[in-house]
Amino acid sequence: MAEKETFERVRAIIVEQLGVEPSEVTMEANFRDDLEADSLDLVELIMAFEEEFGGEISDEEAQRIASVGDAVRFLDSE
Amino acid sequence: MGLFDGKRGLVFGVANKNSIAWGISQALHEEGAELGFSYAGEVLKKRVEPLAESIGATYVRECDVTDDVAIDALFADVAANFGPLDFLVHSVAYAPSEDLGGRFVDTTRRGFSIAMDVSCYSLISLAKRARPLMPNGGAIMAMTYYGAEKVTPSYNVMGVAKAALEATVRYLAWDLGQDRIRVNAISAGPIKTLAASGVSGFRKSLNYVGAIAPMGNVTQEDIGDAARFLLSDWASRITGEVLYVDGGYNIMGAPDPDKME
Repeated sequence: MAEKETFERVRAIIVEQLGVEPSEVTMEANFRDDLEADSLDLVELIMAFEEEFGGEISDEEAQRIASVGDAVRFLDSE
Repeated sequence: MGLFDGKRGLVFGVANKNSIAWGISQALHEEGAELGFSYAGEVLKKRVEPLAESIGATYVRECDVTDDVAIDALFADVAANFGPLDFLVHSVAYAPSEDLGGRFVDTTRRGFSIAMDVSCYSLISLAKRARPLMPNGGAIMAMTYYGAEKVTPSYNVMGVAKAALEATVRYLAWDLGQDRIRVNAISAGPIKTLAASGVSGFRKSLNYVGAIAPMGNVTQEDIGDAARFLLSDWASRITGEVLYVDGGYNIMGAPDPDKME
């Protein structure tokens, strides 16, 4: 899948889940530091990604997802 | 006219819109119930408050259900600012993540104690304080899972805690029968909630259960519908029961060969 398309889908989920502006959601944005996600937000995001893209993201994989780019690259590689 | 017109109850365990407790809350709200909500900690507050507001509920309070002082304070506040109760919904469970998954034999003493305290003892402590607020009787409902009865790998210590919870439902039903308070549990099929995300391999077991259950996987709405009945006067002398709302999964002894891959 094209990374750009994955990014668009990931961004839509993040905007909906965290209530942030689409412009804030860049590949470099860190969920906790830049998008002010708390621990439950991160779990909810992972659940939303699983819903959108299918499959299951393990705890170990989820822990490596710190930025929007991490999520996009992981989901794109699946 | 709703089944719960003029009735008031407290709900413990809403975390977000996917919570089973929220499915129950929406159903009871549709039936005219006046609902109050309790949450544990700031992280949940910002999620519960907007949900409560969306159904016009204004009574929302923090309470750590492992702290008797906090529970006493909550119920004093309920008595003063919310009013007598007709029902209470307990949808609270927790175990440390390291004790959910892995080898069951490695369950820690600490993890065991926490799981039992948060998921089981809390029902006793809440029932104790709710009783005086139910002078005309009432209904208490807890949430359980089939993993209490049959081994469900990864559910581990939570299965043991749910088994204790189901026994607690029966003992409370006995003791509170004299107060005309009914105590029951719903054994819900797996639902993708925040709590479920702590159970490793959850999605795989969800798919497995969905393929075996005669009516497939259940939804939040299914649990809400069962709660409409179990908490209402139509269930007037049903107490100490564990009601399966699981698409029929628990009756199956083997999968349908035609549905096997």
